[in-house]
Amino acid sequence: MARDMIVVGMADLKATKAPGILTTLGLGSCVGIALYDAHSKVAGLAHIMLPDSTAIQNNSNKAKFADTAVVTLISEMEKLGAKKTFMKAKIAGGAQMFAFNATNENLRVGDRNVDATKLALAKLGIPLISSETGASFGRTVELYADGGKFLIKAIGQGFREI
Amino acid sequence: MAKKAEDLFTDMHLDILKEIGSMGTAYAATALSKMVNKKVTMPVPRVSWLDFHNVANFVGGPETVVLGILVSLSGNIQGMMMQIMSVEAAHNLVELVIGTPPPALGEDMHTFGEMERSVVEEVGNIMISSYLTSISGLTNSQIKPSIPYMCVDMANAILSVPASEFGRMADKMLFIESQIAVENVESTGCFVMVPNLHSFYRIVRALGVE
Repeated sequence: MARDMIVVGMADLKATKAPGILTTLGLGSCVGIALYDAHSKVAGLAHIMLPDSTAIQNNSNKAKFADTAVVTLISEMEKLGAKKTFMKAKIAGGAQMFAFNATNENLRVGDRNVDATKLALAKLGIPLISSETGASFGRTVELYADGGKFLIKAIGQGFREI
Repeated sequence: MAKKAEDLFTDMHLDILKEIGSMGTAYAATALSKMVNKKVTMPVPRVSWLDFHNVANFVGGPETVVLGILVSLSGNIQGMMMQIMSVEAAHNLVELVIGTPPPALGEDMHTFGEMERSVVEEVGNIMISSYLTSISGLTNSQIKPSIPYMCVDMANAILSVPASEFGRMADKMLFIESQIAVENVESTGCFVMVPNLHSFYRIVRALGVE
């Protein structure tokens, strides 16, 4: 890992200005939501675990859910001078790590996280410009506030940009 | 303001869970010892609340490649049970059971052939079932395990599966973690049991604690 990277943990979110770099390690069924405002060079990254805060009683951690994480991430970025109208999103993750059969929907949390993330972005009018989701492997992502480069790394696959 | 999940458990509860983990692991260790005909040792299990941020620290960090065997639990006790081991330990286990040597240095450690995979899943299955047999007897509960599923990937990615299951109820994850080691072989990995909160209560209540 390069130095000066800001690590976003599981059920966590952070925003930074250029030349900051945000990273989150080993996304499995979780989804990494990267937002970027190219004008102010402000980047934000969230690592969400669950799709919907309204379906759950214990929902005080806003970064845990797709719906609340996007809202909170936007306001964190606005504090650093970003404008919502310039923000664009890229997402990664939502894998199905274990080959469960499709009957138990709690075990297909990856797909549901991806759907909920897309819905949350659409509701707030933030365009989703690229994504790499699903499949059955973990992903580490990096988001560069200087330029908005979004890299994905998986075991045995090296880095690629989406 | 709702009470935090971790406040609902006293030290006494955690001690009981530790004892449960200890019994379960002893059953699993006995099963393994019979299978490979070797002496197996186990330290006292750890029971702890882990933040989602550092849930992978106990296996060497979020990006450490590990092998996970997952069984989902239904019946009176619901949740997940996972056995986690290093890829080296998994290859050593395969060698112990069927004699296939582990890949040489420089070869791909992360790929398991169909036969190797099957061995690891089945050994995991037997150990997890033994663990559960002990818990179901102690708590007088019926536990129905699913078939075992195996995955080799980054520790965070694997642990995100039980973490998101637990994340539905709490902002931290309650872990019963126990290690098992076979003589002459490094740790065969650890068990992580993640029952849902109701099932945790059922377990401690079954043992006479409110």
